[in-house]
Amino acid sequence: MDDTLSLAIQASYYIAAFLFIMGLKRMSSPVTAASGIKWAGVGMVVATAITFAYPGMHNFMLMTTAIFVGGLLAWWTGKKVAMTDMPQMIALYNGMGGGSAAAISGVELLAVSSGATTHSTVFMVLAVLGGFIGSVSFSGSMIAFGKLQGLIRKDFRFKGQNFVNLALLGAIAWLGITVAGGHADISTLALFFGLTLLLGVTMTLPIGGADMPVVISLYNAMTGLAVAFEGFVLNNAAMIIAGTVVGSAGSLLTQLMAKAMNRSLGNVLFSGFGGESAAAGGEVSGSMKAIEATDVGVMMAFAQKVIIIPGYGMAVAQAQHKVWELTQLLSERGVDVKFAIHPVAGRMPGHMNVLLAEAGVPYDLIYDADEINADFESTDVALVIGANDVVNPVARTDPSSPIFGMPILNADKAKNCIVIKRGQGAGFSGIENLLFFLDNTRMLYGDGQAAVSELIQAVKEL
Amino acid sequence: MIELSAFAALYIFMLAAFTGYEVIAKVPAILHTPLMSGSNFVHGIVLVGAMVALGHAESTGGQIIGFIGVILGAGNAVGGYVVTERMLEMFKSSGKKDAKKSEGNG
Repeated sequence: MDDTLSLAIQASYYIAAFLFIMGLKRMSSPVTAASGIKWAGVGMVVATAITFAYPGMHNFMLMTTAIFVGGLLAWWTGKKVAMTDMPQMIALYNGMGGGSAAAISGVELLAVSSGATTHSTVFMVLAVLGGFIGSVSFSGSMIAFGKLQGLIRKDFRFKGQNFVNLALLGAIAWLGITVAGGHADISTLALFFGLTLLLGVTMTLPIGGADMPVVISLYNAMTGLAVAFEGFVLNNAAMIIAGTVVGSAGSLLTQLMAKAMNRSLGNVLFSGFGGESAAAGGEVSGSMKAIEATDVGVMMAFAQKVIIIPGYGMAVAQAQHKVWELTQLLSERGVDVKFAIHPVAGRMPGHMNVLLAEAGVPYDLIYDADEINADFESTDVALVIGANDVVNPVARTDPSSPIFGMPILNADKAKNCIVIKRGQGAGFSGIENLLFFLDNTRMLYGDGQAAVSELIQAVKEL
Repeated sequence: MIELSAFAALYIFMLAAFTGYEVIAKVPAILHTPLMSGSNFVHGIVLVGAMVALGHAESTGGQIIGFIGVILGAGNAVGGYVVTERMLEMFKSSGKKDAKKSEGNG
């Protein structure tokens, strides 16, 4: 009987691991993505259900209560969050996973320190490492959530913060070795976890909001790794596989994001952005030239090719629905309209695609920078809405600029470039945008949603 | 339960690391946010581990920590699923077959 049960449990975990990998694979194409998460979801239900039959378990009341409390809270918050706030929700749920991994280590190490059980050195080392990574990911993700949610507004930079973190890390390493040795009392254990949580906070607080997506992605990979270590500790292959797959996929995703933002990972983690670079950048000569919405409407309606470049400003103004309405009107007139998305448009790579999808824009009208940059020269109108640094030509031309070398969308190469912008100020990074001063650029001042509504009106009246 | 030998576990670790890398390597940037969210959901499997840890906890301290662990793990799994599904449900094609191939690239 026990053998059959054990076999059923192992088989269920095996199926779950298979479904996770297949699900992730399907999530890597827009055609199959929606089914991918369902595959992975089935795997999770199978694995969770069979775990109730795990041998030698008790505390079932506590367990069921905890699942309901955690699950319902997450379900409720996940259902009602706005699409613009998605990045911080990912940070929040990821932090919970890290905390959960740390808690597993906590339970196991507590049992050892109270003398209830003893384990091999490998077990102890992995439990300590999993607890360390999970705790840092937990407290770090919570700070990231607080920053993006606007709960924490300051960046808290001070001289020597890297030394403070290094000192903390040293203390944690020493405590960790003591704990792994198996001779730690409860207060040493508590101090170990306390300092680890503190390190996550002090590491994340100085990092600016613009870099947060990279940090969230990094913590996501770290949680994966922590889960894999706990899988070793608990002798659970499904956890090892799922955790490791996420750990390596997450590391790759972190690198891709950092590259798209023209930053190195070390740069993101160990130096604050914005402080010293805000004043940098060459001077720009010339003036910005304003234009009226009616003129832009005529220009677009009689164009052959139009490329729309949306930025986070468009999402903040909630203009994406109006933009799609404008696109449909133009398409009916035979204008070829496409969307060009910069990798870091929005708060996170791919975030803008989600926001456009929410407004109903089909994904096959949306193009990456690499796919569309060659098209700008044959484009009549490039319409920039709420984007700034990602269309700044100095990234190509001015080696002294902090964004030099960053891949940009070549809106300046279009025959006409229209920029919808609230006012005349510089962008998020404080760098003057050369594009606004070019001869083929016209500025349409106003709130994103109002300006696009005027454009719709202008096209309709033709 | 069937014990994994340390080396079997190491082999699993190595192969899974390559798998994760390969699965993500060719993903278009448009899916980066949902994919991060999806991988965030997958490590929600930590819930299973937290359940086992709580299920074997003897001391009150262990039960409290295990209880918190299961709450957090369940939050990771359920929250990760809900937001990923909401995002991916919105991705729709324009219905024109091969819209991307026939236009553009000119």
